[in-house]
Amino acid sequence: MLRLIVRRLLQLVPTLLGLSVLLFLWLHRLPGGPASALLGERATEADRRQIEEALGLNDPVWVQYGRWMERLLQLDLGSSVRTGRPVWEEFTQRFPATVELALAAMLIAVVVGIPLGYFAARRRGTWLDVGAVSGSLIGICIPVFFLGFILRAVFAVNLGWLPSFGRQSTGIDATEITGFYVLDGLLTGEFDASWDAIEHLALPALALASIPLAVIVRITRASVLEVLGEDYVRTAESKGIARRVVRGRHVLRNALLPVVTTVGLLAGSLLSGAVLTESVFAFGGIGSFIRDAIDARDYPVLMGFILFIALLYVAINLLVDLAYSLIDPRVRVN
Amino acid sequence: MRTARPKAAARAFAAVIAIGLIAAGCASDRDDDDGSGDGTGPFVFGAAGDPAALDPSLGSDGETFRVTRQVFETLIEHEPGGTEMVPGLAEEWSSNEAGTEWSFTLRDGVTFHDGDELTGEVVCQNFERWYNWSGTYQNTTLSYYWQSVFGGFAENESEETPPPNYVGCTAPDELTAVIEVAEPSANYPGGFSLQSFALQSPTAIEAMAADDPSGEGENITFPNYSQEAGVVSGTGPFQISEWNRSNGEITLERFDDYWGDAAGVEELVFRTIPEEDARRQALQAGDIDGYDLVAPADVETLVADGFQVPVRGVFNLLYLGITQENNPALEQLEVRQAIAHALDRENIVNTQLPEGGVVATQFVPDTIDGYSDDVTTYEHDPELAQQLLADAGAEDLTIDFCYPTEVTRPYMPAPADIYELLKADLEAVGITVNPVALKWNPDYTETTRDGGCGVYLLGWTGDFNDAYNFLGTWFADYSREWGFENQELFDMMSAASTEPDVATRVSLYQGLNEYIMDYLPGVPISSSPPSIAFSPDVNPPTVSPLTQENFAEVTFK
Repeated sequence: MLRLIVRRLLQLVPTLLGLSVLLFLWLHRLPGGPASALLGERATEADRRQIEEALGLNDPVWVQYGRWMERLLQLDLGSSVRTGRPVWEEFTQRFPATVELALAAMLIAVVVGIPLGYFAARRRGTWLDVGAVSGSLIGICIPVFFLGFILRAVFAVNLGWLPSFGRQSTGIDATEITGFYVLDGLLTGEFDASWDAIEHLALPALALASIPLAVIVRITRASVLEVLGEDYVRTAESKGIARRVVRGRHVLRNALLPVVTTVGLLAGSLLSGAVLTESVFAFGGIGSFIRDAIDARDYPVLMGFILFIALLYVAINLLVDLAYSLIDPRVRVN
Repeated sequence: MRTARPKAAARAFAAVIAIGLIAAGCASDRDDDDGSGDGTGPFVFGAAGDPAALDPSLGSDGETFRVTRQVFETLIEHEPGGTEMVPGLAEEWSSNEAGTEWSFTLRDGVTFHDGDELTGEVVCQNFERWYNWSGTYQNTTLSYYWQSVFGGFAENESEETPPPNYVGCTAPDELTAVIEVAEPSANYPGGFSLQSFALQSPTAIEAMAADDPSGEGENITFPNYSQEAGVVSGTGPFQISEWNRSNGEITLERFDDYWGDAAGVEELVFRTIPEEDARRQALQAGDIDGYDLVAPADVETLVADGFQVPVRGVFNLLYLGITQENNPALEQLEVRQAIAHALDRENIVNTQLPEGGVVATQFVPDTIDGYSDDVTTYEHDPELAQQLLADAGAEDLTIDFCYPTEVTRPYMPAPADIYELLKADLEAVGITVNPVALKWNPDYTETTRDGGCGVYLLGWTGDFNDAYNFLGTWFADYSREWGFENQELFDMMSAASTEPDVATRVSLYQGLNEYIMDYLPGVPISSSPPSIAFSPDVNPPTVSPLTQENFAEVTFK
C-alpha cells in the first residue's frame, strides 16, 4: 500500500508540471489583465501600463513562468493580485468553509442517495422508483443558483427557519480553533455556535448536494438492479439464506463498488460546484474566492488553486482505490 | 413476505424526512441573535464586496470607502444628502489667488481613536506620508487617488508615474495646516474630500511605517496593518473592532469620544453578500437591516412589503460611447447626430432605471456645478435620423455595438436590456447592428478602452462636485476609447482644469458642455440613482448622491 501511495505521488510531479505550463500559457493568453480588472472603468492607459510594469506582466511569458516556479519551489504561491494577501493565507483561511460545505453536501447525498437508490431498485416500477428517478432527473437539471434562490425564498424568507446567507450569525462570539465552525463548537463546548453553523450549512449544502444526490440515486439504482439479476443472488435465495443477509452481504456490498467510484469522482467535482453555491449563499469559502479571481485575472490565485485541486483529486482517487479493497477483497491495491 | 418490505422502505424514507423536519423544527426556534430589527443589536448592512483595505489611502473602490468612511474623516466633507462641500475636520479652508496654497483651519478638540490629538502637524504628517511613498506603494493599485489628485511622489520610481503636483505642507500654528501644490487644478479643493485623504493618527502612521507592502512580479501584498483591526486609527464616529474574513464580516463599534454627535447604534456590522438576490432575500428574512445596489425591478416589491427605499440624488452618467477611429462613417458629425436622434432615451429612463432617473442632455449630471441649460439637445426623431444618414451617405451604416454581460453598474442596472432597446432604435432608422457581448471585467473595459467597439455603453460615478471629475476623465486628451483628435477641445479642457477661480471655472465648464454637445463625441443617455434599501425597523441615514451615507445617523425605531 505504501508503494502505491509513493508511486501515485511520483506520478503527480510530471502531471502537475505539465498542467502548470499549460495553465500558465492559457491564463496569460486570456484577453484583459489585472489592471483593468482592478480599476474597472477607472483604469486609464497609463494606469494599465504602470500596473503591468509593476507586476512584471511585460516580461516574456517564460520569464514570468520561471519566476512563478522559483517561488513555488520555495513553497511560496505568491500574493493575490486582487486582495494583496498571500495566496496560501487566503486558501487556508477559506478552505475549512469549503470542506465543511462539501462534506455536508456529500453526507446528504450519500445518506439519502444510497438508500433511496437501493429501495427504488428493490421496488422497481412503484411510486418510490418513479419518484426517485424523476426527482434525480430534476436534481441534475436544475441550476444551483436557481435552486439556491428557491431554497432561500422558502426556508429563509417565507418560513424563517434558516438563515439566508453566510457561515455564522452576526454577533456570535465563537472560539475559532480549526476554522471548521461545527467542529470548533463541539471542541470548545460552544454548542450554540455549532448549531448556528449547522443552520447556516443547511441550505447551501442542500443546493450543492442536488447533483451528487441525483447521480448517486441513479447509479445505486442501476447497480442494485444489475446485481439483483445475478445468478449468485438467485442461488443464495434458493438456498434459503435469510433475505436480510442476501441483500446486505451479496446485493448491497457488490452494488456499492461503482457507487464508491462515483462518490470519489463527485467529491472532487463538489469543489467546482462550491464555486457557484458559495457565491449564491455568500458562504465565504474558496469557491467564491476563485470566481472573483477569474474575473480579476488573478493569476497567482488561479495557478495555486488548480494545482491544489489536482492534488486533491489525486488524494481522493487514492482513497477510493483503498476503499475498494475494503469493500471487495478480490481487489488488491498493489 | 414481500408485503413487509414496502413498510421497511417507507420507514427508512420516513426516517430521513423526519430527521430533516426535526432539524428544520429546531431551526425554527433559533434566536434572532443577529440583533437585526430588535432595536438592541448591531445594525447589519449587506455590502456587495469586501473592502480592499482598512486604510482608505490604499483604496479606490466604493465598498472600501463605505466602511472606512464611518471610521476616518477628511478635511472637507459633503453635506448630508447633497454634493456641496462642507466643513469636515477643517472648519474653514481657503486658497491663495493662484490656487497653489490651500489653508485649512482645523476643529479644536478632535481626538483620534487611539487618543492622539488632531493638529496641523498631524495633517502634514499624513500628506508627507503619502508624498514619500516608495516601492510598491507607488503602484496605482495602492495609490490610485494620490496619483490622480496630487500626481507622483517625492522620488518617482517609474516613468509611467506622473510628476508630483504636491509641493509640501506646513503647520503655522496648532490648528492650521497649509498645503502647497505646484499648479492649480480642478481637483482642488474637491480632492481634499476624498476618503483616500482621510487622516490617521501619528501613532498609527508611525506603526504603519514599520510595515511596508511587498511587491515583486505579480506579487503585490497589501501591508498587514491594512488587513486587520488594531493599527489604523481615525477620528470618525466608529472604530474598527474586527475584520472576520472567513465570515465576510467587519464589525465597527461606537467611538464614545467622538467630537460630533455620537453614533445612534453601538455596533455597526458590514456583511459581504455578493449576489443581489441574496442581499434582497437576506433583508426580507431579517438577517440584515439594509443593503445597497437594489435592482430597479425589486424596488416596487420591497416598498410594497414595507421596506424603505429612499431615493438618492443623481451623480452619475450613462453614455453611448462612439469610437470614431473604429469606423470612418462615425467621423462624420451627421452620422453621430443621426445616432443621437435615433435613440429613445426617455424610454430607457422610463423602463430600465429606478425612480429618480433622468435623461442626460450632456456629459455631466444636472447636480454638478458647470451644468449648462443651453446645450444642443437631440430629441428622439427617427425620421430626422434617417435624413441625416442619407445626407452623410451612410444609409448602409453597420456598426459594432459592445455591451457588457454579468454586471450591473450604479449608472447601468441592466446593460443587456438597455442594449436591446438601443439596438432596436438604431435598427429602426436603418443602421445594421453587430452585437458584441463581452464579460465586464476585464474584457469589456479593455476592449472599449482600446477602441475595439464602434459604439458601446459605459458610464461614470462622480467623486466630488467638480465637472472636471467627469469631463476630464474623457476629453482631456486623445484616447483610443473615443478615437478623435480635437485640439480645440483639449485646449479648452486644459484651460478649465487650471483655472483657480471657482466661478470662472464653472463658467468655462458650461462653455465646454455646450461645445461638447455640438461636437457630439458620444451620446449621454441618463443619470440615475443607485437604490438603497432598509428594514422598516430602522431610521435610515440620509442617502447621498455620492453614495456617502453616514451610518452614525442610523437608529432603531
